[in-house]
Amino acid sequence: MKKLAVSVALALSCSGLALAEQPKQIRIGVEAAYEPFAYKSPDGKLVGFDIDMANALCAQMKAKCVFVEQEWKGIIPALNAKKYDAIISSMSITDERKKAVDFTDKYYHTPARLIAKAGSISGTPASLKGKRLGVLKASTHEKYAQKYYAPAGAIVVPYDSTQQVYMDLAAGRLDATSADSVESSVGFLKKPEGKGYAFVGPVLKDPAIFGQGAGIAVRKGDDDLRNGFNGAIKAIRANGTYKKVNDKHFNFDAYGA
Amino acid sequence: MLDFAMLIEPDNLKLYADGLLTTLKLLLVSLACGLAVSVPLSVLRVAKSPLLYGPVWLYTYVIRGTPMLLQLYLIYYGLSQFAVVRDSLAWPLLSDASFCAMLALAINTCAYTTEMLAGAIRATSHGEVEAAKSVGMSRATLYRRILLPSALRRSLPAYSNEVVMMLHATSLASTVTLLDITGAADRLYSTYYMPFEPFLAAALVYLLLTWGLVRVFRQLEGRYLAYLAPRSH
Repeated sequence: MKKLAVSVALALSCSGLALAEQPKQIRIGVEAAYEPFAYKSPDGKLVGFDIDMANALCAQMKAKCVFVEQEWKGIIPALNAKKYDAIISSMSITDERKKAVDFTDKYYHTPARLIAKAGSISGTPASLKGKRLGVLKASTHEKYAQKYYAPAGAIVVPYDSTQQVYMDLAAGRLDATSADSVESSVGFLKKPEGKGYAFVGPVLKDPAIFGQGAGIAVRKGDDDLRNGFNGAIKAIRANGTYKKVNDKHFNFDAYGA
Repeated sequence: MLDFAMLIEPDNLKLYADGLLTTLKLLLVSLACGLAVSVPLSVLRVAKSPLLYGPVWLYTYVIRGTPMLLQLYLIYYGLSQFAVVRDSLAWPLLSDASFCAMLALAINTCAYTTEMLAGAIRATSHGEVEAAKSVGMSRATLYRRILLPSALRRSLPAYSNEVVMMLHATSLASTVTLLDITGAADRLYSTYYMPFEPFLAAALVYLLLTWGLVRVFRQLEGRYLAYLAPRSH
């Protein structure tokens, strides 16, 4: 009996200690194929702007980020299936996604562009007639392509990751892709495979599709977490942490106007 | 909470119908090519000389010993990395996702079918072979008249399994941008953020196709394996 009491007391004190010392954990869903925002370093670590931003926000909220990797097209269903608590993965805030999840305020905003072999097309929807345009499945770029390029005669081909799009673009299976200007610049154009390719046409604009920038998605009704993130975004914008993370990756302010 | 309403929207029904056609095209083309090539390969496979059966053994061993998804990735994403391949005459074909998928499927079914037929040839009763030899048939005639027809017939039940497995294997084509039945479900999944309904509908289509295939093969078995059935009065 004594032994039991001692062990119970021990167990209780241990769990008490564990609870006291462990900061709150927030599980973050991320698609790690989106350089420079979220990708894997050669030694397999998750790195990028989204990762650093998530860590800065969690630190501001006195919590610890635990990252969970997820393929892009399943990233919202997995959030709603409680595989993680929030998505910090360059997700544009759009009305369509708001039907499935709640968003915080934006934490960055960079424009979308069209990428093709330099000089091959002018970038107007008509210039894409009969051309194969690769896009990320379930992305705002796919929506944009379906709305503007498909009716003009472009063949829109959806892929599971932008890396696959760039591989097929370099291989010549695709004629163009529409993607985030910063991601495609770092993830493709500045790489050896991207030689000879360039942005074509103007910045793509359609607020109804591209939304107001990238936000953090949480499950519907999870207002505590959403407000926590919103407060943290404001706080790190004000105290210089945002600028520090931003300047580590970019030579411009990714927060946008 | 399930919501199947979006499945019966005309656009989405068309997506499934196009997916069904793609799946059937992949299946039929790869089966036809695979079967045609597997017949001569199975004859080589049972040859006595290692020079003849060696390469075929290696081919079936490697293909049956590696996952098909990997083979498809090697063909589709792997080959396109080499400038030599991109500049070659085969590139117009290899740049086509549909061709790559059919190639991977055909290579696979050919390997399995070859081993299946080789096994059936080996299992031919010695009496039949001896009888053929005793009437003076040449080796070629023996294969053409006795061994191959008999082996093909006796392989039918095993081959029907292979065909069903191939039907299910065509779903891998959705990983290289093709919109087959699985690809159609995948598209709806990523559009509506609903995993359950589109995939359940796709599963139902596969189930119906399998049911149809099994029925066809039962008919064929009744016709071509009648001579093996127990005698009835």
